[in-house]
Amino acid sequence: MKLNRRHALILGAGGMAGLAFAGPVLAQAAAPAAPAADAGKTVEQWIADFTGGAEVAEGGVKLNAPEIAENGNTVPISVSAEGAAEILVLATGNPTPGVAIVKFGPAAGSRQLATRIRLATTQDVVAIAKMEDGSFKQAKSNVKVTIGGCGG
Amino acid sequence: MITKREFLQAALATTALWGVSGYGGWGRLAAQQALSQDKLLEFQDFGHITDIHAQLKPVWFREPEVNIGVAEARGRPPHVTGKDFLQMFNIAPGSPDAYALTCDDFVALARTYGRMGGMDRVATVVKAIRAARPDAILLDGGDTWHGSMTSLKTRGQDMVNVMNALGVEAMTSHWEWTYGTERVKEIVDGLPFPFLGANIFDAEWDEPAFEPYKVFEKGGVRIGVIGQAFPYMPIANPKWMFPEYSFGIREERMQAVVDELRGQGVDLVVCLSHNGFDVDYKMAGRVKGIDVILTGHTHDAVPEPVLVGETIMIASGSNGKFVSRVDLDVRDGKLLGFRHKLIPIFSDVIQPDADMAALIDKEREPFKADLEEVVGKTESLLYRRGNFNGTWDDLICDAIRAERDAQIALSPGVRWGPSLIPGDDIRREDIHNATSMTYGQCYRTEMTGETLKTVMEDVADNIFNPDPYYQQGGDMVRVGGISYAIDITKPMGSRISALTLTDTGETVDPGKSYTVAGWASVNEGTEGPQIWDVVESHIRKTGTVRVEPRSTVTLTGA
Repeated sequence: MKLNRRHALILGAGGMAGLAFAGPVLAQAAAPAAPAADAGKTVEQWIADFTGGAEVAEGGVKLNAPEIAENGNTVPISVSAEGAAEILVLATGNPTPGVAIVKFGPAAGSRQLATRIRLATTQDVVAIAKMEDGSFKQAKSNVKVTIGGCGG
Repeated sequence: MITKREFLQAALATTALWGVSGYGGWGRLAAQQALSQDKLLEFQDFGHITDIHAQLKPVWFREPEVNIGVAEARGRPPHVTGKDFLQMFNIAPGSPDAYALTCDDFVALARTYGRMGGMDRVATVVKAIRAARPDAILLDGGDTWHGSMTSLKTRGQDMVNVMNALGVEAMTSHWEWTYGTERVKEIVDGLPFPFLGANIFDAEWDEPAFEPYKVFEKGGVRIGVIGQAFPYMPIANPKWMFPEYSFGIREERMQAVVDELRGQGVDLVVCLSHNGFDVDYKMAGRVKGIDVILTGHTHDAVPEPVLVGETIMIASGSNGKFVSRVDLDVRDGKLLGFRHKLIPIFSDVIQPDADMAALIDKEREPFKADLEEVVGKTESLLYRRGNFNGTWDDLICDAIRAERDAQIALSPGVRWGPSLIPGDDIRREDIHNATSMTYGQCYRTEMTGETLKTVMEDVADNIFNPDPYYQQGGDMVRVGGISYAIDITKPMGSRISALTLTDTGETVDPGKSYTVAGWASVNEGTEGPQIWDVVESHIRKTGTVRVEPRSTVTLTGA
């Protein structure tokens, strides 16, 4: 079997490799509760706070999410945007839509993040990147949360 | 005639690509293109068989009468049935091909042309292809180990033995997983060929868990064959049976694997897929660099290749009714042309292969008396395949309601399950062929009218969502004791209306509770008798069954 992430981590534990995280993650999944200031913020407020009202262009952001969630409680997503300084991830259909803001330092080797998020229902997941030049770009993906059954 | 138009466009675009098929449009085109001896000798051959559903013996299998395509897929193969299908592919009504590929006049044609399939006949065809082209590669598209009483009793071993003897060189998967992770691993460890799945990932570590592809070197040509397992495994089937794995379409992963193979300098990239036809059609237009998709899952038998850009799609039917032979002309790492034939396996015409026939007998021997015990008789055609209830489903729903004393019956819209024609005995294995599975418990519960509608809306969206990537490839859930209307053009939540109890004519009340019984629940711990025992008990009491097609579904927007 070829080297995979599990093996890499085992190797890492043995002192062969080091892992460096790109930046702080303010994730719902990671934090027990959203900061008080973020509670009750709508999707529009999240976007307005992040962009300061600037225009958001389509393209330039890659958002990978399953079309249909295998388990709505842990949906794997990943976002990458070359030249991004910050990425905001929103689960637009969740009672608390804010998922994460990831900041990339100038030394970050790649501008990508991967995490698992909880989706209450079928909805759009949105990723907005603040680029190093101050512009904003976004990608959107519809994730269906279904009750399942009846595959033929 | 989309395939023809697209072929012409492709031929014009590449100026060199040429094609031949056994049917109408391609046949005429072939006459316009010179087939030289050189070309014939440079072929790389493939045999493709898929969705056998463990049917070792020849069967009756009526193709769908209703197979609706939504949005862009409307009216496009495979969403063409009956007379339209015959016209599109220039097939004479009443001909052997008409019998094999369509539903019209099925019973009369069945009596004329006989059963189809049988793995001993398939073996004869495979041997003939190999005799002509020793370098031919035989690929199995999955849904192989499941679907019969013997496969259930042996947990897929009968099919594994047969496919090994047939000389399969790679496969992908779907229902295989319903034997559970441990059994799949046990079988895969012993397979003489790879069990491919580029989209099967370790659920915890989110990294590839199975071989994504295999590179074959045949006659100086290097061919990369990528496997794509059924993407919606943990949603459409019980995920508790294989919790270690995650699936999904994973389009980016497919592109990465194609690029990896191209980077290795293969001459040809083939995708052995269990995505379903419409999903593959969309994927073919978005993932670049796949020469051929051998598509499966949705059980479509399409007599001509369908071209999407520069990708050829081959759909080889189900239940052992067909083997596709695809001959590709590959030179200097480019696909220049192809010949294709969807070979119908007429069991009365094709001589059984003696070795395979003996192996099948051996696999059946321990269970023979059980399999062949006559439970009842049918006076009418029993079939399933189609977007809505077939008569087999109606019989199963009648059995569920009678035996489980429920107002409403639900039966899964699976596409497997051969037919029986009027006058046939119903043997125990015939019931299994329509119901066999590892989670066949027939539950009984109470549901509100609102929940019932939610369930039906959810299933309807799995079929009629306008984006193929959200389609799971089954048919609509079958119902007993209720009638309803469906508008397939509406969004999820608004397609189903006029839910009515057929016994009383009473409208289903969203707030009221009803007794509901059904089978194939994906929930762990579902309790109840096995569905085949429920159906057998009902048929024994009935003796001779007669089920005419019912008009419980009012369809609009098709």
